[in-house]
Amino acid sequence: MMSSFLFRAMDTRAGIFLALMAAVIILVPAGNLLVPEGSPFHVPTYAVTLMGKYLTYALLALAVDLVWGYCGILSLGHAAFFALGGYAMGMYLMRQIGTRGVYGDPILPDFMVFLNWKELPWYWYGFDMFWFAALMVVLVPGLLAFVFGWFAFRSRVTGVYLSIITQALTYALLLAFFRNDMGFGGNNGLTDFKDILGFDIQADTTRAGLFAASGLALVLCFLLCRAITRSKLGKVLVAVRDAESRTRFLGYRVEHYKLFVWTLSAMMAGIAGALYVPQVGIINPGEFAPANSIEVVIWVAVGGRGTLVGAVLGAVLVNFAKTWFTAALPDIWLFALGGLFVVVTLFLPKGIVGTLSQGWSALRQRKVSADYEAGSDEPPAPPQSPSAPAKIHPKPAASRLPADAEAQPAE
Amino acid sequence: MSLARPILLLFALIAGVLAGPAVAQSDPDTLRPLINELADGKYDQTQKQIEALAATGDPAVAPALEALGEGDLYVRKSDGLVFITKKDGKGYKLTDPLTLETAGEAGRREVSKIKVNNKLRRVIRSALGSLTLRAPDPEVRRQAAEAIFKAQDPDGIEALDAALAAETDVGVRKVMEEARAAAVLNSGMDEAQKLDAVQTLSDMGNRDALSLLLATQASTEGAVRDAAGRAIVKIEKSIAAWDAAQNIWYGLSLGSVLLLAAIGLAITFGVMGVINMAHGEMVMIGAYTTFVVQELIRTSAPGLFDYSLFIALPLAFLVSGAVGVAIERGVIRWLYGRPLETLLATWGISLVLQQAVRSLFGPTNREVGNPDWMSGAFEIGQMTITYNRMWIIVFAMLVFTGLMLVLKKTPFGLYTRAVTQNRRMAASMGIRTPWVDALTFGLGSGIAGIAGVALSQIDNVSPNLGQGYIIDSFMVVVFGGVGNLWGTLVGAMTLGVVNKFLEPYAGAVLGKIFVLVFIILFIQKRPRGLFALKGRAVEA
Repeated sequence: MMSSFLFRAMDTRAGIFLALMAAVIILVPAGNLLVPEGSPFHVPTYAVTLMGKYLTYALLALAVDLVWGYCGILSLGHAAFFALGGYAMGMYLMRQIGTRGVYGDPILPDFMVFLNWKELPWYWYGFDMFWFAALMVVLVPGLLAFVFGWFAFRSRVTGVYLSIITQALTYALLLAFFRNDMGFGGNNGLTDFKDILGFDIQADTTRAGLFAASGLALVLCFLLCRAITRSKLGKVLVAVRDAESRTRFLGYRVEHYKLFVWTLSAMMAGIAGALYVPQVGIINPGEFAPANSIEVVIWVAVGGRGTLVGAVLGAVLVNFAKTWFTAALPDIWLFALGGLFVVVTLFLPKGIVGTLSQGWSALRQRKVSADYEAGSDEPPAPPQSPSAPAKIHPKPAASRLPADAEAQPAE
Repeated sequence: MSLARPILLLFALIAGVLAGPAVAQSDPDTLRPLINELADGKYDQTQKQIEALAATGDPAVAPALEALGEGDLYVRKSDGLVFITKKDGKGYKLTDPLTLETAGEAGRREVSKIKVNNKLRRVIRSALGSLTLRAPDPEVRRQAAEAIFKAQDPDGIEALDAALAAETDVGVRKVMEEARAAAVLNSGMDEAQKLDAVQTLSDMGNRDALSLLLATQASTEGAVRDAAGRAIVKIEKSIAAWDAAQNIWYGLSLGSVLLLAAIGLAITFGVMGVINMAHGEMVMIGAYTTFVVQELIRTSAPGLFDYSLFIALPLAFLVSGAVGVAIERGVIRWLYGRPLETLLATWGISLVLQQAVRSLFGPTNREVGNPDWMSGAFEIGQMTITYNRMWIIVFAMLVFTGLMLVLKKTPFGLYTRAVTQNRRMAASMGIRTPWVDALTFGLGSGIAGIAGVALSQIDNVSPNLGQGYIIDSFMVVVFGGVGNLWGTLVGAMTLGVVNKFLEPYAGAVLGKIFVLVFIILFIQKRPRGLFALKGRAVEA
């Protein structure tokens, strides 16, 4: 049962991706810890952290792709789940500081001492234990997504309306977390962390460990998404994306499917946030900004909506470009990012991976038919690959994999 | 004391101006000996001298008394003359107390200060009050009466009675009566007088009267106490009503801002169904157009500054409209029927526009001035109404009416509605739908530009101006019902008023969060907004 589940998750593309990820997870920390500093193969610590950050972003993109690419729910509020997971982890890290804070209070974090609070608010209880914090990382975003989705999907809020209220959700959270009396550090957020699970958070080994953990989480979530999207459940999700009413009329409880995948996606975003915080060393309300959520969507769109590998690729590529641009040509970055939004939606609606695989199968088709033409008069057999004949943009027919499909969601 | 002081200073200054030869009632030569006498004797004697000065009823002595109260009146030891002084380095600058002309300087040892104590200060205050109660300018008299009201000085009663007998201005008379009532309550007068005073204050009905009555209630007994209690209840009721009125006003004002920001969106999103995330940037472009117009006027024709907004309005409409048409022709028309892609592309455009403005004008706030007719405020009852808020409400209504007329009464509006309702049928009838799309989008963007002119008057003009409004605007349009301008109007006003009523209880930020959560819940209940369109057009 389990093995068939996993087996379904595999194919060549996933194989390549997993091999690459395995190489990255092993080589980058090794390059940092084992290779001496002078060597050209040495990976500096800042690069490890930076790449670890990219991996958490990739995980977030994966979560968005799961709901947007496969279920047609365009979330403009996924950064909210990311940030909530981050805050849960941040609270654990704050409690670990103990007496090493500026005010040296064994229980209260610095900002509470500063605000003259006498005792820990009830919602901070338990965060001194890692297992509890880890649970909250998943539960809090999951619960919020569940409640939100329960209301939204049950009353059939779809399309742009849903997008806009997800944006309102993250905006409301942004405003709320800016308040000092929320008890989450207000404007400054949570920072100045000392150690995680007893390891110094600044140490190279910890950083490498966090990097590997991020990579591992990404791989596991990738496999999970892959298994889901290639299962029967995944087929129903794609059906919901492409023709929601028809799916409902066929007897599927559309809102249950949506709610499941939406909640799962929020939990994945929470995990991404939790891995992000110890690596960058701060979490503040800025993470809730609606602009962040929309940026995630563009990562997915660049890589290829509805292709899990594409989401990961898009996240890494765009963020790499961002790092490079903001350092080299800071003024150009927003132009580039804005242009990317326009160009991708106009000219690359399938994203990089989608376009490549479309071109690849078109090439194969041509080869097959050329073979037939050159050969005998026998009529062309159905294509060997069950993949759909690559039609000209913009509306390809349904195809073998949801990963290849980019049919327009029915609005 | 601390409240009365700036006012005293103010009317002392006015009195000082009035003390010019034109209005002087007595000859300076008769006053000067009286002022010079202030230097002699102890506190008791000084008090008599102050009262003597007040008895002249000449506003010209006010500066001297004011300086005395402030401890700035000095006597020159050599000749016994009295001067108003100001510290200047090691010595003092001398000013003639009557003519207010400079009269040379003096070293620290050449002059000595005329000392006053708290009792004298009170005497001075009431003397100043009674002096100015008779001033020729009604405004000065009114301020004098208000000062007595604040000080609740029983010594002012006589002066007030005298002034009331001579007073002809109805408004000033009322203020004087109120001041007298306040003073009576603080004096040892009999019960009937006090009951009258309570009645006067009760009619006055504002917060000042309330605090006086509360003090009276605490310090008196019997009939006066009961009357004060009744008056307090009455005033509290009227204050609550005025507060509600003020909140509604603030709410309407916020609502019109929301309406202005959202109404362009109601066209592009509501009528055309295009999700334009760059809408906020159209508002920003309008605001920056205002800035540029004002800069040009400042450098080339400063006299036109009061008309700058009228010049900026059509320009902002044209600039934003042109940008809108360009966006529609360049990007959006390829994305019709794909709302999610439109959303992403227009978000990208908004980033580009923001960065473009940031590169052109810099990231900091730009100063956009208020013309004279936009600044200032007036009062209705106990409400303060600022002119800029009022004009924005008027303006929002005008824009709304104009837009309604364009959509309902012009051929262009007819085409727009036709294309919205049934694109293919409209095209079959010979309407050039692509042009209608472009122009409708341009209209929506141009309206946003006009909104930018108005918002530049009350908000910071920065590249991020539009970002603050985009979510609110979408909320208004979605809440009011897509495709319905009346819905947008009602939605904006409702959200504005609800927001302002929540603010006192929850604070500005929490209030806003509540409103957002409320809208999120509301959309669950009515996914198509308050005024949902019905019929086939909905599914199109």
